[in-house]
Amino acid sequence: MAQTIRFPRLPLFPALTVLVLLGPVAAGLWGTLLPAFGHLPAAGQTGPSLEAFRALFGWPGIGPAIRLSLTTGLAAAVLSLAITALILAGWAGTRGFRVLERLLSPFLSVPHAAAAFGLAFLIAPSGWIARLFSPWLTGWDRPPDLLILNDPWGIALTLGLVMKEVPFLLLMSIAALGQIDGRRRMALSQSMGYGRISAWMFAIFPALYARIRLPVLVVLTWSMSVVDVAVILGPSTPATLSVQIVRWMSDPEIAFRLQAAAAALVQLALVIGAVGVWFLGETLLARLTCMRIEAGRRGRRDRPLRVAGFALGTLISVALLLGLLGLAVWSIAGFWSFPDLMPDQFTTRNWMRHHMGSLDALGETALIAALAVSIGMLLTIGCLETEERRNLRLTQRGLWLIYLPLIVPQTAFLPGLQTLFLGIGLDMGRAPVALAHLVFVLPYLRLSLEGPWRAWDHRQAAVAAALGAGPDRVLWRIRLPMLLAPLLTALAVGIAVSVGQYLPTLLIGGGRVETLTTEAVALASGGDRRAIGVFGLMQTAAALLPFALALALPALIWRHRRGLLHG
Amino acid sequence: MADGLHLDQVEITRNGTRLIAIDTYVAPGEVLTIMGPSGVGKSTLLSAVTGTLSPEFTLSGHIRLMGRDLTALPPEERCVGILFQDALLFPHLNVGANLAFGLAPGGTRAERRAKIDAALAEVGLDGFAPRDPATLSGGQRARVALMRMLLSEPHALLLDEPFSGLDADLRDQVRNLVFDHAKARGLPVLLVTHDEADAEAAGGQVIVLE
Repeated sequence: MAQTIRFPRLPLFPALTVLVLLGPVAAGLWGTLLPAFGHLPAAGQTGPSLEAFRALFGWPGIGPAIRLSLTTGLAAAVLSLAITALILAGWAGTRGFRVLERLLSPFLSVPHAAAAFGLAFLIAPSGWIARLFSPWLTGWDRPPDLLILNDPWGIALTLGLVMKEVPFLLLMSIAALGQIDGRRRMALSQSMGYGRISAWMFAIFPALYARIRLPVLVVLTWSMSVVDVAVILGPSTPATLSVQIVRWMSDPEIAFRLQAAAAALVQLALVIGAVGVWFLGETLLARLTCMRIEAGRRGRRDRPLRVAGFALGTLISVALLLGLLGLAVWSIAGFWSFPDLMPDQFTTRNWMRHHMGSLDALGETALIAALAVSIGMLLTIGCLETEERRNLRLTQRGLWLIYLPLIVPQTAFLPGLQTLFLGIGLDMGRAPVALAHLVFVLPYLRLSLEGPWRAWDHRQAAVAAALGAGPDRVLWRIRLPMLLAPLLTALAVGIAVSVGQYLPTLLIGGGRVETLTTEAVALASGGDRRAIGVFGLMQTAAALLPFALALALPALIWRHRRGLLHG
Repeated sequence: MADGLHLDQVEITRNGTRLIAIDTYVAPGEVLTIMGPSGVGKSTLLSAVTGTLSPEFTLSGHIRLMGRDLTALPPEERCVGILFQDALLFPHLNVGANLAFGLAPGGTRAERRAKIDAALAEVGLDGFAPRDPATLSGGQRARVALMRMLLSEPHALLLDEPFSGLDADLRDQVRNLVFDHAKARGLPVLLVTHDEADAEAAGGQVIVLE
């Protein structure tokens, strides 16, 4: 049988993948390093000089900006991990846990910006919570002049981050728990008289943590350097360091780029320092745990803690849900006075007013996602298949490589990448933006496909080969069709990641590529809640609809194939 | 020694340790039974013959079938059919398409259809072509798997404990069916099992691996 598509003999796909993962990060850091030390020919500067750092540390906001970046990032990471562990320790394997899992997992793909807007609509002085208790309890008949949103301590920002990171860590943990024999470990510890939470923390958490350490580091470094959520929920004068970097990068005065580059290096140093602190914390926690084990405490009275874990999980999912509902209501709200819980009337006027703009942005979003995800899928499947045929296994170092673009802060290398692109005269447009998205889409595609790909029964391939089918025929006719459901899920994950990207779109697109996310975040400062509702909802739909399709399509296509419907 | 399956001083080692050493010949229509406790490497020997030996093993010696040296050939060019304990019908294809996947290339669409229908009729499964494999009983699946493999016109047949998943009475029935078809087509058969009854029914030479 003639083979129409030849599989490359050289490890082409792995080589390209490494290039896509490493290239932009390395190039971006280089492009940050040069201007930070005063070398930016475009601005007529040739270094080296320390002027940029002098200007940066002369800026009065630098102290609070650094402090905010550290405190909000570390607090968000610690709280997210603690809440995740509490939920798992108290409930893993129970029916209550399945309820929590179902409540939280749909929100994983909701873009960060939409979730942040939702939280803002909930907790703002004129938000639903204030309306619920006014005026009968609070006595407010107009929104109080309180700085709840954008508070100078970054509390709202931290909450917004935790709300989004708990579902992420929870789902990563559930995937990792499959590799640990948790049930027997629990049974053994509980038979020795340990309470549920103690048993779980002593017997399972260490094994689990070793497997989710990289995702936890992603949460830490991402929380420290996030821009879109910080623009929406974080303080503004001064803002976090990352937000300030983006402001300087967008300044028409090109000299500010030097200062931005210096700040990006400081941001990188902060993240490296925080990761160091985190590693120290791991050691400390391990030692404390050992001490507690030596003391032989059984921790049987853990009922209140278990309840707290369940309550926190429920609270997060209710907050996310109400937030999205808030977006929906504002998007169709007519006149809505305080403290009414609902608008006086509903109208389609907001949608009519923004439909041109939002449809254009939706088209741009879809095009970029389609470009990034199709290249990403090709590379990921190509890599997995190459590894299979050459009997290669992903090593621990390979795993770090995959996580690298997620761990290096975006604000540290994307500004440099933009400067480099400008320097070589590359047109800032759709294609470079899609390429930048690909850097962040690829790791998630790989993480999503790795498990199902490896779990596939290899005897199916042996049978097909014995029937005379070559490796390519096995791939196209047997393996890919059988893996339709996980392939579509990976596609949906990739699209959700691309839809949610803010900084790569803003910086690499030079501010001229307008997606739903950049448009929505740009509305943050204006306070037009109806417009935010429209764009936030569109953004959420763009990320969620592919998931609905990924669930529905296999069930429809394989409706007469019972063997593929379950498992 | 030209027509059958010849395992010519075949040795399989892993990290320098010898797992299996075998030197034997299976004539067309005959069955060689290989027995031994699990983990001794019976299935490894079969994957050496099909060409799907995993790379941590090293193979020395030669595997010849109908005078062809298979040792260096990729699995899909060896013309060696295999049946496992599970039928392993492709779950995304209906019964007819499973058979079509096996059926050796060539012929018009109508001819191919006719061959598939005839194959189904041969094992008492007339009209099963449009069925979802997941709706078949264990015995029906085993019969489809057998016909799928025979339609690919193999020159030898390997059996990897193919009857151990079936109920006792069904086991005899399927076993006889497989052996009869192999004999009728003059195929050398290599059977791996730990069931004495399989070896007895096969009636040929028995090699016990330690």
